[in-house]
Amino acid sequence: MGRTLALAAVFLAACASTPPQAPSRAALEPIAWPGDSAATELAVLNRVSWGANRSSYADIARVGTGAWLDAQLRPAATALPPDAQAAIDKMTISQRPIGDIVAEIDEQRRAFRNASAEDRKAERQAYQQELTRLAREAQTRMLLRALYSPNQLQEEMTWFWMNHFSVFQQKGPIRALVGDYEERAIRPNALGRFRDLLGASARHPAMLVFLDNARNSAGRLNENYARELMELHTLGVDGGYTQRDVEALAQVLTGWSLNFAGGEPSRFYPRRHDNRDKELLGSTIRGNGAQELDHALDLLARHASTARFVSRKLTMFFVRDDPPMELVSAMARTFSATDGDIAQVLRTMFASPAFRASLGTKFKDPLQYTLSALRLALDQRPLPDALPVLGALARMGEPLYARATPDGYPLTRTDWASPGQLATRFEIARGIAYRVPTRLPLELAPPLGDATRDTLAKASSPQEWNLLLLSSPEFMHR
Amino acid sequence: MNRRSFLASTLGLMACGRLVAAPASMPRFLLVFLRGGYDAANVLVPVSSAYYYEVRPNIGVPKEAALPVDADWGLHPALAQSLHPLYLRRELALIPFAGTDDTSRSHFETQDSIELGQPLGGRSYASGFMNRLAAELGARSAISFTNQLPVAFRGEAQVANVALNAVGRTAVDARQSALIAEMYKGSSLGAQVNEGFAARDNVMRDLGEEMVAASRNAVAPRAFEAQAKRIARLMRGDYRLGFVDVGGWDTHVGEGGTTGVLATRLEELGRGLGAFSESMGDAWRDTVVVVISEFGRTFRENGNRGTDHGHGTVYWVMGGAVRGGRVAGEQMRVARETLFQDRDYPVLNDYRAVLGGIFARLYGLDATQLARIFPQAKSRDLAVV
Repeated sequence: MGRTLALAAVFLAACASTPPQAPSRAALEPIAWPGDSAATELAVLNRVSWGANRSSYADIARVGTGAWLDAQLRPAATALPPDAQAAIDKMTISQRPIGDIVAEIDEQRRAFRNASAEDRKAERQAYQQELTRLAREAQTRMLLRALYSPNQLQEEMTWFWMNHFSVFQQKGPIRALVGDYEERAIRPNALGRFRDLLGASARHPAMLVFLDNARNSAGRLNENYARELMELHTLGVDGGYTQRDVEALAQVLTGWSLNFAGGEPSRFYPRRHDNRDKELLGSTIRGNGAQELDHALDLLARHASTARFVSRKLTMFFVRDDPPMELVSAMARTFSATDGDIAQVLRTMFASPAFRASLGTKFKDPLQYTLSALRLALDQRPLPDALPVLGALARMGEPLYARATPDGYPLTRTDWASPGQLATRFEIARGIAYRVPTRLPLELAPPLGDATRDTLAKASSPQEWNLLLLSSPEFMHR
Repeated sequence: MNRRSFLASTLGLMACGRLVAAPASMPRFLLVFLRGGYDAANVLVPVSSAYYYEVRPNIGVPKEAALPVDADWGLHPALAQSLHPLYLRRELALIPFAGTDDTSRSHFETQDSIELGQPLGGRSYASGFMNRLAAELGARSAISFTNQLPVAFRGEAQVANVALNAVGRTAVDARQSALIAEMYKGSSLGAQVNEGFAARDNVMRDLGEEMVAASRNAVAPRAFEAQAKRIARLMRGDYRLGFVDVGGWDTHVGEGGTTGVLATRLEELGRGLGAFSESMGDAWRDTVVVVISEFGRTFRENGNRGTDHGHGTVYWVMGGAVRGGRVAGEQMRVARETLFQDRDYPVLNDYRAVLGGIFARLYGLDATQLARIFPQAKSRDLAVV
């Protein structure tokens, strides 16, 4: 599996902007959605997208909720609006293979290290600026896809997994790697198999740097990644592993490190590997070099705790802050029965009564909030400048690729609805509201209560009306 | 500390039956959470332990370099200008072998369990111990200097939060704020929205002057130091209970010894805490700052000249009236035989017992009140405040 993935990755690098087709998997049973209506279409759209706008609403209204969800689960290749696509196409991260990018960055790093005292500061600054520029490209690409792609679920799930397998871009050279991490490790697998995601994340240099596995070698064990791999990525903290398992997995992971000399930016170094047999989660992993990683990841991906842990987290993102146990169990059964087919697990969730009953009740996190306001305000019109948006996300505590700790951003209302954050959110709302010349489309907003309607009537200008709409309790929810 | 006069005014408050600002005499308490598990063994260095030097050949702090504390302990030299003077003035006490019985060695699990402050097993996210303390004191004067409300402050009592590195001029004016608040009347978010506007106005009032001054200042002060000064300004005002967290302590790789990554971080933290104590002015006399972290780190250095997740840590207690200048609490000899699971510092001073003891002294709380803050915990009076 690892080899196929690496080959696919090499192939992909040549055509970075087209996502690959998922490998052949069982066909999805269509989702039946009895009693469909314009109101439920809008509610489902607000949940299973970065926010309703006129064009996406036209899409769901044309085919109905069930068929729209089916299509979102198995997205066909699609195009962005030409100017958004052109902006992505001209980025360095689209034009150059990652092997070349990291080789050049590494060259730059060595140059400033060896530079004379007077040149050093300038060269160091140039190096830092280049890293930041590359990260900004990746951030901008993320925003453009979230704002304009018709495959909204794929974009939401890309963020979800980027957050699940979170890396912090400020560490080491990750700013140069994070775009590739998203493009080749996460996004192609966002609706695919969990095991493929796990394998791609484990071998990616962004993860190897972030959780220190690049430094983990025989006799110089570093257990950072091993622990988080079980605690945060697969089993969950109560998933049934011990300190011994952490150490065994850390031994399995020895030797997986970086390669910045050109070509694939990570590789296995047999001489740094601890090739003894290991006992992991009650199974013996025979000393077998690079193969051990796949063996260990198979054990983790197919563990019952992983099925539950991942299903529970998906439910917290898409359904409720306190996941209904029955739904989590049903999703975990699908997870195990389909060998971790993410689209199948989501299908179980979308078809559940709990999902329907929860529509309109999830509190938006800052990213969902900002994107939904922008989508409503812009629709297909181009985003004038990504920087203020990235700044707003940072101000609200949810900057892209910048969660410092490996747990990723939290997913519940309690985490995002503190007094300070709400006050900041209204400031951000104002920033967007006052750039829109006319009133936002009321018919695409969630159903409003009396208090909000009465207050809107007091607005003194279209801009203030927009501010109030975007600040309303209804617009805070999806 | 003015326990008696404080109690009297608290009783007065309760009679009114509504929440008003805290009485001026109420002592101030700031909890500083070092997230990431700071390497306590390199901060309060066990200078008399031969085993320490044996298992930390690359990152150990030499006895000669450590600042004098007592025969067994020394302080990291990065704290020479900041916390060591406080220690010598007896305004800083150190509590080694402190922590929790949680042995997951997970950052997130252990941080949450400490912040919740509940007995292990069957915990509830409904409230954290700082929120229960705020509720017990019955005064609306708690604030978290963080972007998100930390688990410790979640719960029934209304607590404000503000990210001090992100305060700026507000664009939503008073009329618009009132209109927005109107939309939230009767909503489950109503209280937060009102608190958010109120805290924004407070912060702008208390910091307005400083922000004008700062904008004229050509040299940007270090990040945490600037933040700490703002915290002092706000806590000198109406706020009595505060929380702030500082990250960047998860030193798995290249931690350094006398100098290096940890030393730089410590220097910055120490400088910030020193600036806080100075900026508090007269109020420093009735202020207590407690610095905690989720766990200590492995006693031995790892293969990358760093340390991995451990168990027992060291808490710091500081304040103008703290009974400091000493190493407090239960202790034991630092040697291989005394390590927990042959790996980490043991925990001899449970965080609930230690903090309960401090709160009892500071606010004159009785056993029943303490049991509401730390259910089923036995508080231990280490007499540090």
